[in-house]
Amino acid sequence: MAIQIETTTDPLVIGGRTFASRLLIGTGKFSSGESMRDAIDASRTEIVTVALRRVDLDSTGGPDILAFIDTSKIQLLPNTSGAADAHEAIRLARLARAMGLPAWVKLEVTPDPRYLIPDSVETLKAAEQLVADGFVVLPYINADPVLAKRLEEAGCATVMPLGSWIGSNQGLRTRDAIRIIVEQATVPVVVDAGLGAPSHAAFAMELGADAVLVNTAIAVAADPAEMARAFKEATIAGRRGYLAGLAPARESAEASSPLTGFLDGR
Amino acid sequence: MNITANGKPRALPTGATIGDFLRELGWQPEWVVVEYNGEPLERSLIPDVHLSEGDRLEVVRAVSGG
Amino acid sequence: MTSSFGDVLAAFPIADFVEHAGSSGDADVSRALAKDHGSRDVRDFAALMSDAASRRLEGLARASHELTTKRFGKTVHMYAPVYLSNECLTTCTYCGFAKGLPIVRKTLSNEESLDEARYLLARGFRSILLLTGEHQKLTGVDFLEEKLRLLAPVVPNLAIEVQVWDEDEYRRLRAAGCDGVVVYQETYDRDTYAKFHLAGKKRDYDWRLHAPERAGRAGMRRLGIGALLGLHEPWLQDAVAVAAHALFLTKTFWRSEISISLPRIRPSASGYSPQHPVTDRELAQAVCAFRLLLPDAAIVMSSREEASFRDGLIRLGVTHTSAGSHAEPGGYIHPKEAEEQFEVNDLRSPEEVAEAIRDMGYDVVWKDWAEPLRA
Repeated sequence: MAIQIETTTDPLVIGGRTFASRLLIGTGKFSSGESMRDAIDASRTEIVTVALRRVDLDSTGGPDILAFIDTSKIQLLPNTSGAADAHEAIRLARLARAMGLPAWVKLEVTPDPRYLIPDSVETLKAAEQLVADGFVVLPYINADPVLAKRLEEAGCATVMPLGSWIGSNQGLRTRDAIRIIVEQATVPVVVDAGLGAPSHAAFAMELGADAVLVNTAIAVAADPAEMARAFKEATIAGRRGYLAGLAPARESAEASSPLTGFLDGR
Repeated sequence: MNITANGKPRALPTGATIGDFLRELGWQPEWVVVEYNGEPLERSLIPDVHLSEGDRLEVVRAVSGG
Repeated sequence: MTSSFGDVLAAFPIADFVEHAGSSGDADVSRALAKDHGSRDVRDFAALMSDAASRRLEGLARASHELTTKRFGKTVHMYAPVYLSNECLTTCTYCGFAKGLPIVRKTLSNEESLDEARYLLARGFRSILLLTGEHQKLTGVDFLEEKLRLLAPVVPNLAIEVQVWDEDEYRRLRAAGCDGVVVYQETYDRDTYAKFHLAGKKRDYDWRLHAPERAGRAGMRRLGIGALLGLHEPWLQDAVAVAAHALFLTKTFWRSEISISLPRIRPSASGYSPQHPVTDRELAQAVCAFRLLLPDAAIVMSSREEASFRDGLIRLGVTHTSAGSHAEPGGYIHPKEAEEQFEVNDLRSPEEVAEAIRDMGYDVVWKDWAEPLRA
């Protein structure tokens, strides 16, 4: 029997809105729209990130991603991926708002396409402007306690320090800094990026994080929906462990059919 | 008349609206958001804004992303 | 002044690494495999290219598959080559375009170039690689600039695999809409290089070696390198050189994406073929070793390779592949009229390749990047 979600006693509050789930989901890297939708449903998430890209005017393109997301139950969180500086991030955020989405933005400024490590200077610059424009700003940042405080002072709704590099699935390489950020923060702390296993999410919550954001580990799992369910339960268990007083953290190769079978006889 | 959309030149009958332009290419306004000469356009205004020579459009939509 | 790759290569003990590959035992392979992704060096790469590693190919394959899936997701990027011309003034003895060969020469007009591009766009392609021979007058910078300006509004991603240019010329090509440059050094061994490149500008080994750096400084977003494995024997020496070159470019141009390709010598009109060609198993092992060395590099496999072999390599670490390719100018609209550079072995159509990829549980990425909404 899956763990019941505590809806009343321990809500997550961001930008004046309350949420029962402390698991946010990214929609990248899924092998199809259907597998993404099933994972979102299974996760019981209430906040899902999307990106913004130019449309290919000469084709009507595949089904619209929004067709796969029940926006009556789920808050869309447009991100500014693709932005290499504050100016581009602000431009993308304004476009997202003009789409009729509530003025929320996952602010991410990542000029380096390899590790997608956020640019702190441009992020702070963009955050100040976006807060002034009335956005609810959730900045994806390095696990830098001073930066987290500067963003808080600038009026951001949360801070979202990375656990390890995006898609690296290495869990909380930044645990010591996250402990400090959690200790000093007056806004919710969402650990975003690098959470590769449900245990990583549980650990982040045990450290006192208010929520986690997971994408790669679910999208590329052999069974994304089942992995989403696992992250949901791990997030709840970690939160419960934190509230009940603290407890103290390997990747296994998945067995699968031989990858080199195609070489037989060659 | 000629405008630029997503970095590409496009020829249009004079007086066409953004809504006409999009629908003619098979795109429903509700699916996309438009930046008109550098300023994001309120979605409700898309069908009414008349285009003129040299206008610049960015037509964008939500896609999957982390 | 930051050092060039030529400086690095000059001091680089390639022979030692080839020797290390030859002498590596099980322990060396285990140590290389156990290292954190992103921390492996060329010495580890050599160990992963050893016979000891070949005996554990399934283990390599699993590690490489896992890492590729983590960094790229379950996706394969599709591109199509378009040969703008097979005119050539150089005499690379391994190539079907070499000067003096009794073949049909053809250079596409603007109209023909657009037709080829539209044919491919209609089949879903959004990323096109433009190729030419090396003919200073007929396929110079002006010719390329004109074709790029013609195609850029229609094709989201354009890369070139042509003769090499100086930094200002690459800047002109970047401004005209090119965002990727592919330069195969063919072989990194200077003597072998000289033996195969008898005439034309391509004789200048160093001018070619530093082209990716000039392209990087000119702001090209994607830098592709590779060697024609089998040109130099042992081919492992060139594989080690490509590894070192890729690591150097990755560190030097952190804003650019680095891609590597591992073409094997194929029969061509000039009929050259090596004594010890790269076997299928060795090429599969190389894909794994390169992925484990370079977690984020695009590994490209063209239609030189036959269908089922290429599909198998996708699971191991290949992330970019071409489909329905024609290796001769005008090939998409008027197949087999002009001479092709090499024999294409995967004759499937783009739709068939895309279908095969989806059947393997991967999503096809036709367009992976677009000029962000720059001011």
